Amino acid sequence: MTDLAHERLLSQPIALTPRLALRDLKGITKRNLLRIIRTPQLLFMTIVQPVIVLLLFRYVLGGAIRIPGVNYVDFVIPGIFLEAVLLGGMTTALALAQDLQMGMIDRFRSLPMARSAFLAGRTLADLCRSLFALIFIIGVGVLAGFRFHNSVGACLGGVGLIILFGYSFTWVYAAVGLAVKDPQTAQLAAILPMFILFFASSALVPVATMPGWLQSFARNQPATLVINSVRALFEGGPVFHNLWQAVAWCVGIFIVFFFVSLNLYRKAVA
Amino acid sequence: MPLAVEVESITKHFATKMALDDVSFNIEAGEVLALLGPNGAGKTTLIRILSTLLTPDRGHARIAGLDVQGDAKKVRSLIGLAGQYASVDELLTGRENLELIGILYHLDKREYQRRAQAALERMSLTDAGDQQVKTYSGGMRRRLDLAASLIGQSPVLFLDEPTTGLDPRTRNDLWQFIKDLVADGATVLLTTQYMEEAEHLANDIIVLNAGRVVAQGTADQLKEELGGDVLEVRVAKHADLERAADLVTEFGTAPPRLNHDLDQFNIPIQDGVKALIAAGRALDDGGIDLVDLGIRRPSLDEVFLSLTGEGSAQSTAKPETPPTRGTHD
Repeated sequence: MTDLAHERLLSQPIALTPRLALRDLKGITKRNLLRIIRTPQLLFMTIVQPVIVLLLFRYVLGGAIRIPGVNYVDFVIPGIFLEAVLLGGMTTALALAQDLQMGMIDRFRSLPMARSAFLAGRTLADLCRSLFALIFIIGVGVLAGFRFHNSVGACLGGVGLIILFGYSFTWVYAAVGLAVKDPQTAQLAAILPMFILFFASSALVPVATMPGWLQSFARNQPATLVINSVRALFEGGPVFHNLWQAVAWCVGIFIVFFFVSLNLYRKAVA
Repeated sequence: MPLAVEVESITKHFATKMALDDVSFNIEAGEVLALLGPNGAGKTTLIRILSTLLTPDRGHARIAGLDVQGDAKKVRSLIGLAGQYASVDELLTGRENLELIGILYHLDKREYQRRAQAALERMSLTDAGDQQVKTYSGGMRRRLDLAASLIGQSPVLFLDEPTTGLDPRTRNDLWQFIKDLVADGATVLLTTQYMEEAEHLANDIIVLNAGRVVAQGTADQLKEELGGDVLEVRVAKHADLERAADLVTEFGTAPPRLNHDLDQFNIPIQDGVKALIAAGRALDDGGIDLVDLGIRRPSLDEVFLSLTGEGSAQSTAKPETPPTRGTHD
């Protein structure tokens, strides 16, 4: 018995290779996708909410907003996409706080898996959810009169930029979820930045119609830069200036919050 | 040959609270060590340090000679952890939970599928294996949690209160299961609030109270440490109970403890047989009808209580009536 125990104790640990880390990532992503599919009510809410905002601004409020040279529905749709991916990110914060509270993070952290795979698997699954939501919202948008007016490549580029923005922000939400630790608080904490970024931006009305003090914030914040770029990519028009700033924001946010989240995960205590 | 677990002067504070104060012990390969202590004694903190989840303020811990901080990655492939909370994913099925753990232990597909199936069978979860965990009872979850910590066939297992809150039958199943694991060559560190569990499973017991090791040894050694035997007397008529206790008090080293429901009392004594005879004579002279009179070793409960001072009501409860989980440490 003791010989067997000694033998087992001396068994060589398997070294973590990039291939194994990728397998960890695949396993965790699959787990989170299953969780998303098995909570359809949450998936439903993250799709329905942007659809309601879209219909509200298309049919109720939009009539009172005149934007020269463009249909309001075409004007507003990039903002709705952005809201959808921000809202999807909120579920990242919620899910991580739940995992922390349930003791799942303790278990994963005690396993020989790649640490970054746990968070990357979460954000990738949420990215899939955002993609699904976007496809649905594009469908509703088209029914409500939205049309792409630019080349296929440019339009795909626009959708791609939204996805890049959404994915970068998922890492912000990952940090929020791990920092606040409590699912209810996580949800509230995640709503605030979403409101600020979405409403104080060019999503619903031109920034030029806002008071001066707000304009300087709204004009330079990442959501506006992304929305302006996406609008230009969907509608045609000059895009380069906004686009490189938007991409730089996304990459910057991703890099900073990737490390912030990973650090929080390493030290996570429920 | 390295020791399975070495703990060397581990100290850990949380804010102003001293969670662990200079704790040291070793576990040999293939042994079971029980950390016995009330809520808040520091048991979970120690397990978290040993499973690389928490850094100690001072001291060192090694698993199979590998430092839990410096060699954390290697250590993680040697350990299995089952928590106080059944940390399994409610939205996955039992099988999906186990297979995920297998992937994360880097087993190949055939192997993790085989082990997940074997673990489900061993834990009598075959029928529920493909149902979501949210449909499981508390006992089933705990069994799955334990099964999940075994998928890696880790040589060192940390079981944090594995049977807290379980009914006696499930508890007995888990005890048998833990014994099987040890027979297969696992080294186990388990924490418990139940003396009976420690006595039943462990070669060695460490009593932890307020972050300090207050006693260490086998169950027999701990009982020895308390010293002396206990005289147990049961009377035929309830009305005689108090008078009988008065008659015997002079032979004891402490006041008698009465149990009115069972019409019996016990009293710690020294010089076992002499005291027994003297007490028997005194009771007979007093005309008391006896049902039972005998000497026994103190129970581990009594040892535990005397070591941990006041000892909460909860920590004196026997596993036959496990209390629902209180605040955790």
